[in-house]
Parts: sequence; structure tokens; C-alpha cells
Amino acid sequence: MGLEIYNTTVQAAVNWARKFSLFNYPFVTACCGMEFMSTAAPKYDIARFGAEFPRFSPRQADLLIIVGTITERQAPALRRVYDQMCEPKWVIAFGVCASTGGFYQNYSTVPGADQIIPVDVYIPGCPPRPEQVLDGLVLLQERIQRGEGHSQIVLKAEAGHDVPIAAIRPRDKQPHGAK
Amino acid sequence: MASTLTPTPPKAPAAPAVRRMVLGVQEPEDMDLPTDPIPLNMGPSHPAMHGTVRMVVDVEGEKITNADIQIGYLHRCFEKESEYATYTQIFPYTDRLNYVSPMLNNVGYALAVEKLMGIADKLPERVSYIRVIVGEVSRITDHMTCLGAGAMELGAFTVFLYLLKAREWLYELLEEISGARLTHSYVRIGGVSGDLPDGWGAKLLDVIKRTREVIVECGRLLNRNRIFRDRMDGIGIITKEDAIAWGVTGPVGRSTGLDYDVRKDHPYLVYDRFDFDVPIGSVGDNFDRYMCRLEEIEQSMRIVEQALAKIPAGPTMIDDPRVRLPSKTETYNSIEAMIAHFKVIMDGIHVPPGEVYSFTEGGNGELGFYIVSDGTGRPWKCRVRPPCFANVSVLPKVLPGLFIADIVPTFGMINMIGGECDR
Amino acid sequence: MAQIVLDRLVATFTGGEIEQIGTQHGNEWARVRRDAWRAVGAFLRDDPTCDMKMPTDLTAVDRLNRDPRFDVVLHLYSVTKKHRVRLYAGVPEDDCNIDSLMPVWPGLDWFEREAYDLYGVRFKGHPDLRRILMYPEFVGHPLRKDYPKEKRQPLIRRSGLPGSPE
Repeated sequence: MGLEIYNTTVQAAVNWARKFSLFNYPFVTACCGMEFMSTAAPKYDIARFGAEFPRFSPRQADLLIIVGTITERQAPALRRVYDQMCEPKWVIAFGVCASTGGFYQNYSTVPGADQIIPVDVYIPGCPPRPEQVLDGLVLLQERIQRGEGHSQIVLKAEAGHDVPIAAIRPRDKQPHGAK
Repeated sequence: MASTLTPTPPKAPAAPAVRRMVLGVQEPEDMDLPTDPIPLNMGPSHPAMHGTVRMVVDVEGEKITNADIQIGYLHRCFEKESEYATYTQIFPYTDRLNYVSPMLNNVGYALAVEKLMGIADKLPERVSYIRVIVGEVSRITDHMTCLGAGAMELGAFTVFLYLLKAREWLYELLEEISGARLTHSYVRIGGVSGDLPDGWGAKLLDVIKRTREVIVECGRLLNRNRIFRDRMDGIGIITKEDAIAWGVTGPVGRSTGLDYDVRKDHPYLVYDRFDFDVPIGSVGDNFDRYMCRLEEIEQSMRIVEQALAKIPAGPTMIDDPRVRLPSKTETYNSIEAMIAHFKVIMDGIHVPPGEVYSFTEGGNGELGFYIVSDGTGRPWKCRVRPPCFANVSVLPKVLPGLFIADIVPTFGMINMIGGECDR
Repeated sequence: MAQIVLDRLVATFTGGEIEQIGTQHGNEWARVRRDAWRAVGAFLRDDPTCDMKMPTDLTAVDRLNRDPRFDVVLHLYSVTKKHRVRLYAGVPEDDCNIDSLMPVWPGLDWFEREAYDLYGVRFKGHPDLRRILMYPEFVGHPLRKDYPKEKRQPLIRRSGLPGSPE
């Protein structure tokens, strides 16, 4: 009995620490990058939420923010970056192009980054206002606290805990590009 | 026409003997161990590359011997989408071309279609003045973003924050007139979509005053900064002949000494009524490109002040039933106006068959629109001549001989915008 | 304003290389026979009256139901004389190549690669003609009118999702 409370309290404390110290990897491709810069700028200050620190190496980051349109040419690079990150990792799709492809429905754009990697929070907007971005970030922080990010659920399943079957997808074991 | 502004004379690159002594660098000839050339991959997701671009550089030690720049990671099929969209529906696509100065793309595209329709010289005066004002404000945001990001990559984070702070003020003003901070789609064929709100001009003048102070402060922080100058002087030199042969225009072209600005040489809208200078560089290195942009911000502010003083009252859309939407009272109260409204929106504006190449001064240079029309409401071909495509294509000639660390300021000052280069 | 360029072209190339000239919406244009493409280009660059040292744009147009199917379109500018001209050259679909203008203006490198990538027009004499905007595994030339806009050729997909390879 005591051990369960200890574990859940420790887990809650660990999640609290994770959510307020996100190291983000801004995978910036397009116009949304300007609004990302604005969110990081003094007026809308993403540093208030602890997520100001961009780490430009996937090994050192735990939040992948996909900012802007993903094209078919870019997709293997995105997959590789995601694969290189260590668990637990979270993904925000910033902007409609990363969420669903936006108004680009053509031979070169991927209709949403979730065709390539699992996404936790979608922030619609073209580009989304910085307030929307911060709203999405707070939403992600609440999910992290509850332990509901994709990668957290997968880790729980692998550790043997009970998770709803529909909550996890089969983990892709192949590296990018392999059939 | 040329501005004679260079605060300090540009420093000549140090002679090899001095470099060896001062920096302890060994040229390959006098090294004991030979180096192997290795290919180094930078990108497509890289912090110092604005936009997504992949550079495969062959390096020997730190020196680049060959650079292969691979673009196309943001190819969003502007031309193909344009063939399926009506002329007015293309405006959001043009916003996302050079997304740091979206109004300039809107204006350039609108002028091209208006030329095809033959109404370019019949626009109301107020429309031309508004287009000039918002275009120049967009140019200021473009240059501020370029300089801010370029400075941040060299370590000058303060300059980045100051310039973004100033950019926010301008974004708020543009949001007041168009509804969106970044992707405005404000211009329409034959005019603009809405008039300037009351008091907007006074607010803009106040913001310009404050922005001028920010620009002066950033100049004070960087222009004589030893570290900044050492990293930018003499690096990435483009000669004037190369600029002409490669089609390099805009601040990058002018920094080489090429005296070409579309606003002065082929004035469009009402640019010939304003008094402004065009900064021309002399050496063509990174520092010249930086100074050209910094000075152009000041000149754009001058244009905006003069335009706000002279702007006349009047309609904001040409009174041509082929392009204008009828007013809401007419549309709801008469069937003819409703049908006209429906046709203009659903069918698109019928542009007579023909072809035109219309060019304006974009943030990075000559922004051209080559439109082929077949007489329907959708273009047969709508091609953008992207200025930064030509600017970046000269880099494989410029980069060999530089160090890897020199790629960062060079690429930053070329200001490649992925949306424009890859379309 | 650039009429002098057209006059010089017509006066110099008397063997039928200049098929048609005209002015439309303030742009002067000339249609050039495909085999004279490089000669006309070199003349425009070197002739002191024309002095068109800056190439601004090179692209292609798919006319679809006309023979020859493609038009390669070149826009030139002179920074000293401040005039422009547009040149067309018809390229048929079955023999889809034309001389490269890189020996004349080295800056047309990427523009020609893009015309090859998106339209399939090959440029003879281009040192490195490969795709520039699309990835090397892409099959087809997307800006041709018969390429459907939404036909994707995905490189990678998560398994189990619509559009995934397996």
C-alpha cells in the first residue's frame, strides 16, 4: 500500500519536473517559424513556462516541435530526428501544415506530420498566434503531468503496466526509409 | 542615388603570413600530416540554416573545398496550386512565399494580374499609397528578422531580442488592418481588401519613431563590435560581375556595388514621388550585406513617413465590375449584384488571355511574376521569379575557400527564405 | 523601350532564327528557333547595344494541346541599358531537349535544373542536370499538365496509416 503511494507520488513529482523543464527541438521549416520566434521573444515569452531552451540536437531534447510544412523530401529527416530522441519524448505539431497539411494538398506535402511520427498536441492556425501556442504548450504540460503522452504510455506498457490497447500503436522498429 | 554610408572602411582580409602568426593556422602546404577530404552534411534540419536547406560540403580540415547546396525541402507546389485556384485564391499562397515580408509578395502578384487586365494604371491613388506603405513596413520586418537571426547565430542574442521586440510592434499594426499577424492576404486585385482604420497612421508614425531608436541601438551594438566585424569582414565576397551573371539582386546584389533597385530604376505604384536613398556596398562581403539591410530599414521608414504625409482620401478598390465585389447592401438587395458577387468569387476574375512578366522589389531582390492566362478565372501558369533562388545559387561559388564557421554568417546574410526559394 | 533589342535581333539573325516578335503589356518578346537558342543568347549578352548581362528567369510552359508542347521561356535584363526581353523556344515532347545556356550565363544553372525537374526538358551541355526541388526517387515531372496535383509518391509513412507503403 505504502509502496503504491510512494510510486505514484514519485511519478507525479517526476512528471511535474518534466513538464516545467522541456528542452525543445524546434524543427522549423516554414512560416510558422516566425511565430515560433515571436513566442520565444520577450513579448510572449515562452520562458515563463520553462520551455525556452532550444537544444538543437535530438539527443538532448525531449520536446520535438514540428513547425511548418513537412514535405515528402523532408519526411525521412523528420523520422530520423524523432528516432534519435530519447524517451520520454513529446511532439507538438505547430500549425495546420504540420497537423493536417493545411491548405497544401499536392504531390509534395505530407498531409500532417502524424503520418510520420505520433503527435501529442496539435496547434492549429496559419500561423497560430503566440497565445495559441502557449495554450497548446500548457495543454501538453497537463498531459505530461497525467502521464498521457504517447511515449509515456508506451513506456508504461513496456514496463508491464495496464494500458488501454487502443492507446498505443505498434512501435515502428525499422529506421527511416526501410520497408 | 547611391548612399555614401560606410561607418568604417572595410578591413582587407589579413595576409597569410599574418594569419599564421596571429591565429596559429597552418596552411596545408606546411602541415606535417596530410588531411583527407571528408563530406560534411549540414541540414536539412539545422539551427543555423534559415529555413530548411541541406548543404553537403567537402572539407579538408576546416576549409571548404566544395559546397553542394540542396534545396527543395519546402517545395509546396505554389505553381501547381495556382493552376487550380482562382486569381483571388492565390493571394494566400503568395503570402507564404517570402513569409517574412508577405505584403510585398501580395503587391507584386496583384500588380502582375492588373497589368494583364490593363487596369494597373487606373488604380485609385489611395490604393497605391496604401500598398507602398504596407509593402515598406513588410520590408522593414524582413530586414529586421534577417539581421536578428543573423546576429543571434553569431552570438549576439541581445540584438535578436531587441529587433523582435520592434517587429512585434509592426506585426500588431499589420494585424489591425488585415486581421493576421503574418499571412495577411490584404491586397486584392484592383485594390486592397479594407481601408486603413482611423488613427492607424498616427500609430505607425509613433512605432517608426521607436523602431528608429531600436535600430540605432542595434547599430551601436554591432557596427564596431570587434567580434562581429572579424566574423563578417572580408567573408563571402561576391563580385559585381558574378552578381550580374547569376542574377543576384536586392540587398545582396547591391552590396557588391551593383546599382539596381526596381523602385528607383523602374518605378511602380507611386515610388517615384518619394525621396529615398539606396545603399550600395563596395566590397560585397557579409558586412556590406548587413549594412545594406540596416540602411534600407532607415530608408523604408523615410518612405513610410513621406507616404503617410501625402496619402489622399479616396476609394480603396477600383470601380471596375470585372474585379470588384459589389457592396453588401447591393448584394443583399438586388439580384444582379448577387449574381455578380457570385460570379466573381466562384468563377474567378476573368483575365483576358495573354502573358506578362511583372517585377517589383521584394525583400531579397527582384520579385517577378510571370503569369500566363488563357482567359478563364484560373491562370494557366503563375510563375514566381524568386529572388533568393538566384541569391543562393551563387553560394556554391562563394563558399569554397571559407571555413565551416564562415558558412553561418554568409548564409545568414544571404537571407534564404525557404518558402520563396523552394516555392 | 526594348524595341531596339528586337530590331537588333531581327537585323542580325536573318536566317529565320527569329520566328516571331511582339510586344504585350509592356514586355517585348521574341520567339527563337530551338537550334539558334545559344547563338541568340550569346549575341544578346555580347552586343553592346543590347548588353543583356543579367538573366532574370528561365522557365518552361506546358501548352498541352499545341505542337511543340513546351515553351522554354527566358527573361533577360540589362543593368546598364535597363531594358528587358523575353525569349521563347518551342520544344516538342518527343524530342524534349534544348541547348543549355550555362556557357553564356553561368547563373542559369539552378533555373535549368528546375525546368528539367518540373517539366522534363533536358538541357544539352548542362554539367550537372539533376533534380533540384523534388527528391531523386520521384518519378515523373510534376508541373506537366497531365500530372495529377495530388498524386503523392511518399518516401516514408508510419505503418498502418492510410497511404502507408505496407
